[in-house]
Amino acid sequence: MQKKSSLEINKAKLLNFFSQIGGMTEFNILFLKNVFKPPYEIGEISKHMYELGVKTFPIVSITGIIIGLVLTLQSQPIMAKFGAEFYLPYTVTLSVVRELGPVITALIFAGRVSSGIGAELGSMRVTEQIDAMEVSAINPFRYLVVTRIIATSIILPILTIYVDALAIIGGWFGSYLTSNTTWDLYYSQVIEVLKFGDIIPGVGKTIVFGYIVGLVGSYMGYFADKGTEGVGKASTNSVVVASLLIIIFDMILVKITLLLWPVT
Amino acid sequence: MAGNLVEIKDLHKRFGEQVVLNGVSIDVAEGQNLVVFGKSGTGKSVLLKCMVGLLVPDQGDITIAGEKVLTLSLKELNELRKHLGFLFQSAALYDSMSVRENLSFPLIRNFNFTQGEIDKKVERALDRVGLLFAIDKMPSELSGGMRKRVGLARSIITEPKLMLYDEPTTGLDPITTKEISKLIRDLQAELKMTSVAVTHDLICAQIISDYAIVLHEGNIRYRGDLTQLTLSDDPFLKNFFSSEVFEDSYGS
Ligand SMILES: Nc1ncnc2c1ncn2[C@@H]1O[C@H](COP(=O)(O)OP(=O)(O)O)[C@@H](O)[C@H]1O
Ligand SMILES: [Mg+2]
Repeated sequence: MQKKSSLEINKAKLLNFFSQIGGMTEFNILFLKNVFKPPYEIGEISKHMYELGVKTFPIVSITGIIIGLVLTLQSQPIMAKFGAEFYLPYTVTLSVVRELGPVITALIFAGRVSSGIGAELGSMRVTEQIDAMEVSAINPFRYLVVTRIIATSIILPILTIYVDALAIIGGWFGSYLTSNTTWDLYYSQVIEVLKFGDIIPGVGKTIVFGYIVGLVGSYMGYFADKGTEGVGKASTNSVVVASLLIIIFDMILVKITLLLWPVT
Repeated sequence: MAGNLVEIKDLHKRFGEQVVLNGVSIDVAEGQNLVVFGKSGTGKSVLLKCMVGLLVPDQGDITIAGEKVLTLSLKELNELRKHLGFLFQSAALYDSMSVRENLSFPLIRNFNFTQGEIDKKVERALDRVGLLFAIDKMPSELSGGMRKRVGLARSIITEPKLMLYDEPTTGLDPITTKEISKLIRDLQAELKMTSVAVTHDLICAQIISDYAIVLHEGNIRYRGDLTQLTLSDDPFLKNFFSSEVFEDSYGS
């Protein structure tokens, strides 16, 4: 039923943080109701994935290398002091794969993508493009929102794997600079320590983070206030709320992960 | 043809404390072109949005082509919407799509035309508004008047029975205003559409309408033949048509 028109839910929902959470939960339910209904908009989803990938590829590439490099440079003196330099590849790899890779990639992704979606949908709301779709008997939620949330949920895990790999290479480079470690040795140590039990939860949680980025950006944009400030606000709020939620969910997911996959 | 295509009865709409529509009733006979006048912020857009189900009124009844809009399921509402055209104030062209994609979007989504049929319809609609040359441009490359024309082409491409215009000429210069208004008039005659246009532009109204109502403070203050209204001795109307309309339309 059309009882609750999209234009009307919005104003009240933007009043405070908790009603925003309520609104996002409602949005979330709407997503689940729509995601399994055809048409599946494969074309739109691939288009968004491609655009998101292109948009974030350069920045996450640089970040990936630097995370590994810096982490190694920072830890090396400490590890050396305790005579544990040999374990450097282990700690770096595990920190990256379990925590730093996923979270940093997600936060960068939130900054770049969530704001973009917020601004994009916000300007579509403000210039009545979303209304125009609705009046043309096209479901704007399915066409604009569902496709974006699916795209962000798929692309972020892929980016994370890529960042993890680069960070490990960056880590080796750090080791090479400080202790002349060869790639072969470093690599063999990485392979030895890396288990599926580290990769799966690390990458798995980024599906949730990607979902958050898509959902928050879409929500803020979809219910943007009229006027140009509305678009700016949607964009900024998206980044703030998405980043915060990523960190909160990270904490929750880490707790769950440690229960399911204890560190051995 | 007898009968009304649109019947609005006792429509009420408020946002929080603010009463926007306070018992509006309007009938539009099939083939009629109605103009709704009203100052900025009187609820003209709200009225149109209620008619197409974008907003839900608090009270009242809306019947379009025999269907009670407010009781329809979303599916039924969408079926009805396929036979309506809506020209938004800002034209509401999809930024991310070319002119061609803008026009073919509703066709691809809602009907089972072949690619060839779609191309033909798109070209014909653009030709009607004199913008065939702009078919592969992006909306950002178009002027305000051109955007309105593309918006018009997009809304008539499904050959709707009922066209709704939200301030079709606001923000345009006097010459473009006349051009667009004449275009609207000609298209309406050609496609035999019924229409409701909300505006505060007298020039546009005089070109496209045969019947007008004036919306003021949530109610309909006057209704009648446009010429009669403009020539009326009533102080409110005199004031309305002399000062506000022209100042609002062309900026004093
Ligand atoms: N979605 C909405 N939420 C809250 N108030 C609204 C909404 N849409 C319109 N209004 C208010 O209703 C009044 C009438 O708006 P509108 O119909 O856009 O005026 P206009 O006659 O200029 O088209 C305005 O005061 C506006 O602020
Ligand atoms: Mg308006």
